[in-house]
Amino acid sequence: MKFGIVVSEGPYQHQASDSAYNFVKAALAKGHEVSRVFFYHDGVNVGTRLSIPPQDDRQIQEQWTALGKEHDLDLVICIAAAQRRGLLDENEAKRQGKDADNIAEGFRISGLGQLIEMGIQADRTITFGD
Amino acid sequence: MSETIKKFLYVNRKAPYGTIYAQESLEVVLIGAAFDQDVSLAFLDDGVFQLTKGQDTKEIGLKNFSATYRALGDYEVTKLYVEKESLEERGLTLDDLQNIEYEDEDDDYAEKSSIRLISRAEMAEVMADQDVVLSF
Amino acid sequence: MGTLHTVNKSPFQNQTLLSCLGHTHEGDAVLMIEDGVYGAVTGTAISEALSKMGSDVSLYVLGADLAARGIDAGRMAEGVISVDYEGFVDLSATHDRVQNWL
Repeated sequence: MKFGIVVSEGPYQHQASDSAYNFVKAALAKGHEVSRVFFYHDGVNVGTRLSIPPQDDRQIQEQWTALGKEHDLDLVICIAAAQRRGLLDENEAKRQGKDADNIAEGFRISGLGQLIEMGIQADRTITFGD
Repeated sequence: MSETIKKFLYVNRKAPYGTIYAQESLEVVLIGAAFDQDVSLAFLDDGVFQLTKGQDTKEIGLKNFSATYRALGDYEVTKLYVEKESLEERGLTLDDLQNIEYEDEDDDYAEKSSIRLISRAEMAEVMADQDVVLSF
Repeated sequence: MGTLHTVNKSPFQNQTLLSCLGHTHEGDAVLMIEDGVYGAVTGTAISEALSKMGSDVSLYVLGADLAARGIDAGRMAEGVISVDYEGFVDLSATHDRVQNWL
C-alpha cells in the first residue's frame, strides 16, 4: 500500500514529526511504500540543516535525511510555508536575493500542488500535526 | 492534471488569527482547486469562526483573509459544509456568517449559497464519504 | 472498512476527542496517540463519555505513547486495545481512510 504523509508541526516543539518518523519507519518495515512526506505549516522547520540539538537528544533532521537516503523518500517542503519561515534552498536564496540557504540534504522545496498530487496518488493520506 | 478524481475534504476546526492553520488551509484549497478534484470544506467546532462577518484585523496587524472565502466560488469550490451544532454551541446562527455564493453554470448562472448547513450526524456522513481527509 | 480516526489531544485540554467520537460510525476505529492517550485511562471525568460514545467503535491507544507518559496498561479503560507503530500502520491500511483530528 502507498502512504502519503503530512507533517505540520515543527520539530522539538511538538511530537508530530517524531510520530510521523516512527510511523514511516514502521510502514517501510512492513513493506509498504511511502510515496512522499510533505512538510507544511511549522513542519517545514524539520528541513533546516542549521539546527543544533543537544547531543543527548534525537537529531530529527538527520533522522529524516538518513531514512530518506535509505529508502529513497521524497521529502518535500512547502515553498509558501517555507518562505514565511525562512527555509531556503540555494536557488530560492539566489532568486530572493538572500545571502544564505539552509535546506538539509535529502529535502526539496516545492509547491502545494505536491500535497494534492500526493493525496491523489497515495492510497492513504495521514497527517501528523497539532 | 490527473485522470483520477478523488473526493477531498478539508476539515477546519480552528478559529482564525490566533494560529495560522485557517489561513494556510485556505492556501491549500486554492492551489488544490486547479487539480479538478471533488472538493468539499467542512467547518465544525471552532472552525465555524472562520466564516463570521465583520472581521477587521487592522489593529492586530494580521492579514484579513476572510474575503477569500467569498472568492472560492470562482475556483469552483462550492461545497462548504457548516455544522449546525457547532454554530449553536457558540451562540451563532447562519446570519452571523458571510454570504458565500457561487454561480451555478447548470442553472443559468443563478447565484446560489455555497454554505450548506448540516447537522452533526450529516457531517459524519460527509466525512465518511471521502477519499482524502486533510485536517487543519 | 470505515474510517480510522486519530486523536492526539488530552480530553482534559479540549473537546477534540469528544468531537471525534461524535462523528464516528459503527465499524470505525479511534486511535489515541501522543497526548491523546490520557483519554484512554479509566476512572476519569471523561471515561463515562468514552465508554458511552465509544461503544460502536473500536478504541485503540498507541502503547509507545502510554509508556512514555508512565501510564500502566492496567489503568486503561475496558475495551481499549494497545497497539505499536506497526499496529498503527495496519489500522491505517485496513480502514478506507484516515481522519486525523488535529
